[in-house]
Amino acid sequence: MIKKEKLTIIATEQIAKDTIEMKLKNIHVSETVVPGQFLHILMEGHTLGRPISIADIDKENHIVTILFKVIGAGTKRLAEYSVGQQIDALGPSGNGFPLWQDEKVTVLLIGGGIGVPPMYCLGKQLAKQNVNVIAILGFQTAEYVIYEEKFNQIAETYIVTDDGSYGNKGFVTDLLDQVEEFDCYYTCGPLPMIQAITGKLKGKDGYISLEERMGCGVGACLACMIPANNESGYKKICSDGPVFRAEEVTI
Amino acid sequence: MSELAVAMPGLNLNNPIMPASGCFGFGREYSNYYDLSELGAVIMKAATGTARLGNPTPRVAETASGMLNAIGLQNPGVDKIIEHEVQFLAAYNTPIIANIAGSTIEEYEMVAAAFNKTDHVHALELNISCPNVKEGGIQFGTNPVMAAKVTERVKRVSKLPVYVKLSPNVTDIVAMAKAVESAGADGLSMINTLTGMQIHLPSKRPLIANKTGGLSGPAIKPIAIRMIYEVKQRVDLPIIGMGGICNAEDVLEFLLAGASAVAVGTANFGNPLVCREIIADLPDVLNRFGFASVQEAIGKAVFV
Repeated sequence: MIKKEKLTIIATEQIAKDTIEMKLKNIHVSETVVPGQFLHILMEGHTLGRPISIADIDKENHIVTILFKVIGAGTKRLAEYSVGQQIDALGPSGNGFPLWQDEKVTVLLIGGGIGVPPMYCLGKQLAKQNVNVIAILGFQTAEYVIYEEKFNQIAETYIVTDDGSYGNKGFVTDLLDQVEEFDCYYTCGPLPMIQAITGKLKGKDGYISLEERMGCGVGACLACMIPANNESGYKKICSDGPVFRAEEVTI
Repeated sequence: MSELAVAMPGLNLNNPIMPASGCFGFGREYSNYYDLSELGAVIMKAATGTARLGNPTPRVAETASGMLNAIGLQNPGVDKIIEHEVQFLAAYNTPIIANIAGSTIEEYEMVAAAFNKTDHVHALELNISCPNVKEGGIQFGTNPVMAAKVTERVKRVSKLPVYVKLSPNVTDIVAMAKAVESAGADGLSMINTLTGMQIHLPSKRPLIANKTGGLSGPAIKPIAIRMIYEVKQRVDLPIIGMGGICNAEDVLEFLLAGASAVAVGTANFGNPLVCREIIADLPDVLNRFGFASVQEAIGKAVFV
């Protein structure tokens, strides 16, 4: 359940261009979070929280890892926080990815840019459950590549960059026909990437993780809506998602 | 009467703190955080005659000391609200205020009349000030003749006290308040958001899809205080004050300016427990500044 928590920063490091990895200590969040959920982080002097997904969970040491890209004033401020400081957040928020327990299953993870971290959190859990994991990770250029070594330990991993400066040149969708047969896919990344993937993999069992600017982060303010094929005509990304079945929402 | 209690038309409030319309949904999400019976009242999200899907996203953007929103009155329609949401809130021991909106006077009348069917709603908040829909809302809220007309028509069909929610997007807020007072309003609710815009430099586009949105949060608090002060000098209606309230000191400032009760909006987003915390802090703040009760502090700002 979502609680208003204080998390203590125990490490913060720039691990790629504009990309910060932060390790946060908190008992409630680390004990209850599942892959796909996020923290709604509120920085002092800011009105709205920033939804940031969980990249790794260490239940034993009560640590969760987040990765974020420094884009605007909020993420710039968050990047300035240092070890020992506390951050306020609501969490763990949203719903996680459905998980397989069957070792005969092969899943494909497709991550783009800062959509890669939740794919790692999920892949690590699936690998632990003996699921066969394949990962296709896309980045703008070589300097944005993150978590390649970590993915190599849990998945057969393919890297693509838009300009070919690392891995294959092109988009994640270019590799979809080249990987082995899979039973289910999971994806997180920029909306055009998710649209291309769900279009190309129509009919396949798949789950997408969406993001949107949020207000309350708990489902009350109706800021982060996505059109859906249900009676009300919409779903809330913060509380019905951020993970959806691919055909559940209209993107 | 306890030190926090306030009586207003149709509303016997245990304390003067209520969540503002649109910032609290219908209370369901926040009921996971605390007992809604602790609130002075709940102001529900706006109800329209039929369901509305609202505006395209993004619908919110942060600003200096506040935020812009353009949700677009998304709601399931008045009948579903009465059937499901009023029913849900009725289980709590707190008065319910229904915010009503429409594109035409007839829609306002229809929604107001619909709330006659339930015994669980204690007052209406007449939303003539939503800046985020193409029709209705603000067109009634910026023209005193139109504001009086819709107030009068709603008063005629409703059995409930009517608090008219005023828009700050006007030159003469007193003229608006006087117009709805003469049309029979039982109280005022002020202020709604100020229309604003923010442009994203890399894309050179407005940061919200609706282009403009309503500015809320601490940035607008001085405007709210000034408008409540101006109206209180000239109009004899009780006021529910709102605009950037974050803590119990802010509440006292609104009381001093002339509000009898207050609504907390944007601050719920940063802290879902903020209403409860303000209620807990209020007695100390009142005492610290020399007041024995909320009632005693209303309109006590010194202007000479």
